[in-house]
Amino acid sequence: MKYFPHTPDDLREMLAVIGVNSLDELYAEVPQELLHKGDLDLPDAQSEIELRRTLRSLAEQNRPLTAFAGGGAYDHYTPSLIPYITARSEFSTSYTPYQAEISQGTLQYIFEYQTMMADLTGMDISNASMYDGATATAEAMMMCVAAAKKRNRVLISSTFAPNVLRVVETYALFHGVDLQIIPEKEGVTDKDFLKRAVEEDGVAGVLLPQPNYYGIVEDFEGIADHCHAHKTLLAINAVPADLATLRSPGEWGADIACGDGQSLGLPLSCGGPYIGYLCCKEDLVRKMPGRLVGMTTDAEGRRAFVLTMQAREQHIRREKATSNICTAQGIMCLWIGAYLSLMGQKGLQEAAALSYAGAHTLRDLLTADGAFAEAFPDQPFFNEFTLKCEGVCPNQLRHAMAKKGWLAGIAAEGHKDLLILCVTEKRSREEIEAFAKELIACKKELSASSK
Amino acid sequence: MNRTLYAPLIFELSRKGREGYSLPSDNLGQDKYKPCQLPAHLLRQEAPASLPEVDELTAARHYTNMSGNNFGVDTGFYPLGSCTMKYNPKINEEVAALPGFTDVHPAQPTETLQGSLHLYHHLAAMLAEVGGMHAFTLNPYAGAHGELTGLMVIRTYHQRRGDNKRVKIIVPDSAHGTNPASAAVCGLQIVQVKSTAQGTVDIEDLRTKLGDDIAGMMMTNPNTLGIFEKDIPEIARLVHECGGLMYYDGANLNPMMGVCRPGDMGFDVMHVNLHKTFSTPHGGGGPGSGPVGVRKGLEDYLPNPQVYFDEVEQQYAMNFSKEALGSISSWLGNFGILVRAYAYLLTLGHEHIAQAAKLSVLNANYIKEQLKDYYELPIEGLCKHEFVFDGLRAEYGGDHHEPDHATTLQVAKRLLDYGFHAPTIYFPLLFHEAMMIEPTENESKETLDHFIEVLKSIAVEARDNRESLRTAPHCTPISRPDDVKAVREPRFKF
Repeated sequence: MKYFPHTPDDLREMLAVIGVNSLDELYAEVPQELLHKGDLDLPDAQSEIELRRTLRSLAEQNRPLTAFAGGGAYDHYTPSLIPYITARSEFSTSYTPYQAEISQGTLQYIFEYQTMMADLTGMDISNASMYDGATATAEAMMMCVAAAKKRNRVLISSTFAPNVLRVVETYALFHGVDLQIIPEKEGVTDKDFLKRAVEEDGVAGVLLPQPNYYGIVEDFEGIADHCHAHKTLLAINAVPADLATLRSPGEWGADIACGDGQSLGLPLSCGGPYIGYLCCKEDLVRKMPGRLVGMTTDAEGRRAFVLTMQAREQHIRREKATSNICTAQGIMCLWIGAYLSLMGQKGLQEAAALSYAGAHTLRDLLTADGAFAEAFPDQPFFNEFTLKCEGVCPNQLRHAMAKKGWLAGIAAEGHKDLLILCVTEKRSREEIEAFAKELIACKKELSASSK
Repeated sequence: MNRTLYAPLIFELSRKGREGYSLPSDNLGQDKYKPCQLPAHLLRQEAPASLPEVDELTAARHYTNMSGNNFGVDTGFYPLGSCTMKYNPKINEEVAALPGFTDVHPAQPTETLQGSLHLYHHLAAMLAEVGGMHAFTLNPYAGAHGELTGLMVIRTYHQRRGDNKRVKIIVPDSAHGTNPASAAVCGLQIVQVKSTAQGTVDIEDLRTKLGDDIAGMMMTNPNTLGIFEKDIPEIARLVHECGGLMYYDGANLNPMMGVCRPGDMGFDVMHVNLHKTFSTPHGGGGPGSGPVGVRKGLEDYLPNPQVYFDEVEQQYAMNFSKEALGSISSWLGNFGILVRAYAYLLTLGHEHIAQAAKLSVLNANYIKEQLKDYYELPIEGLCKHEFVFDGLRAEYGGDHHEPDHATTLQVAKRLLDYGFHAPTIYFPLLFHEAMMIEPTENESKETLDHFIEVLKSIAVEARDNRESLRTAPHCTPISRPDDVKAVREPRFKF
């Protein structure tokens, strides 16, 4: 076994030092009836050759599709350098950087990540990541409640993606937060409802998505001021890939920015590992969950980085900590730091412009001859948009298109005929045109067969 | 690892006009459609000015040189207690990078995700066998996230039975800090139970805490002192008798794998850390994975989505059940990490899994026996995969109560000079100078012997030349960063 270095001589000598006769004797104090008799019911051990064969065969049972879907997982371009850097074992096999003297690599990339994420979201401070966009949003909710002290109510827009909404609802249920859903009106958050609800006493925070589940770029003009006038915090969950182009949470006046960092060049990977980001204004830093890296100097005056403000955290404060989170998605900070460094502002804007143009072109192709209609024709969108596919079930369309190698969007939950499509810079003009043609043909076929 | 610091930040390497990406000029309709056509107030006004402009080679050198400032398992020995810093096999990385796994969107129709769902389902079954549980969810992202999920299962179980007064959870005073923190996030109140002089749960103290308001008890076994809680059947019986459930913190599962199962000890709910016990990389603090297992009768409460085999369709499928506690993740957890753990379990198989556990116990006891004349061993006897010293023995480090005694922190920092990572220090909180050592099964006798010799030499140095200990480390890229300044003059960005 290549992971066990012990020779028979080693075993003998080591057991003698300990003063026992066998490895089993090392468990002498464990009650006999608790010891497992015989081998566990597990598969036979596999050699590397066999293991490669097994895993390749499993991987081949997946069918990667050409993605015209987002919904929180976006098929963006990854610069080729990134996987090489993140695979370096000096980074990947290290622990949480408690020992700053031998962890400056990890601490520095987190510091670079924090700098860029705070800037991109228009906030003062970023932490060193959360698990994913949904849990980051749940933590934002708990931050609002913690900051408000006596207030326990948080409002959340129903235009969040349902998989984020479900997680926030679950955390609220167990954490004892009174979570109220703001209804939607024509695809966007009902702003009048929101304003009225904030005017009522005791709203700790408001959580809003940007762009929303349907791909609509929502207009949050005046919301922050209204919230702040009523001592309510505003948290905006934004898709970070859009933020070199779209108005940032900070520019909307938000106190907290949260969301999923996956859109910054992370592979789709069947849903993970992704990374949650969480940024806030300076005055909320003591309510911030998770790790924070700070810049300081060492004994010889050199610039150095350390984990700091640890008095907020579980290993010091135990049940009084801001959260139970320890470290979150470590190396994904490196991935995103490298992505933002290589892309820069210009690369982000170019990729966003390609995605924007591709999505609008696809919308034109699909709606031109009336095959599909836009669900929210008056609303602005970025690279994700929603179509009505009257007479056809969107999931049937998705299954039929999957057979041809396409991922035809996401069937909007809670609606029977809405399909949410997405285009990124990775889709070529040929792919967009071929996809549109096939989707229209598929729809015709399905509606003919259902008649 | 470098001894000299590679210091520039990426922002200092930036030069206007450089670029590190390559995008097509392919016309997707950019002439007709531009983001600037959106209403002006929806657009960004102030540019994210910190984003650097660097070419690819500059970036490649930057990160490569930065990695030289870092210590990892591949660099040297990591005797970090409670963290199980195993070797991270490279075959696991290779198979996790297969395009069939990395290039699938989580919202693809399940008929196109059969490989991933098969892997998920089988890994869950293997973990259930290791844990002696009935079913597992692999959705939680980390150990602390697993704890939270497991506690949600426990609360859901009581609530569904209409038993709403169970709002307290018992946690030993030696527990990991995440235990009480997770309980607090889950809306539970913490009741602390004392440890005996032997470092195990004080059953008499436990009896006084039990009642009809107890939701359950969180424990790890072996505990954070590396001691097997041999009264566990009695503890489980008492907690069950009062109507509570037993939660197993899987941080210390490594020495139990294939030898003794939490389910057989009487635990109802548990989490495992794939990044500890099942060899996936720690990644400088993530991504990890914290699957949660439950005994029969609790499986319906596991979070959505739930992966199952559909007998009618003869394929794997995902379910959103109304019985479930809710959702705790956007998709199916850190899927890429699951692939690595699956590969590891298939490599071990039923033949080697128990050997991994036993060798980890052998290595820990070997170090302990050779160093106990130099370092204070508060609790004698066999340990499991880890053990705790209460600092240096007085004849080497001086009396702990005297201000100039040699501290555990100094010993830990001095170890860095010799190319070792430090142990976990000042935890558990039961001892003032706690130093928690966990070697794992992968370390050779030569590595352990070298480590032992170095720790002995540090003890002698503490006795003869305390000043050199006080100013350690001497051979690392930086030395003794100013933590106080980091808090007083906070700088979280460049």
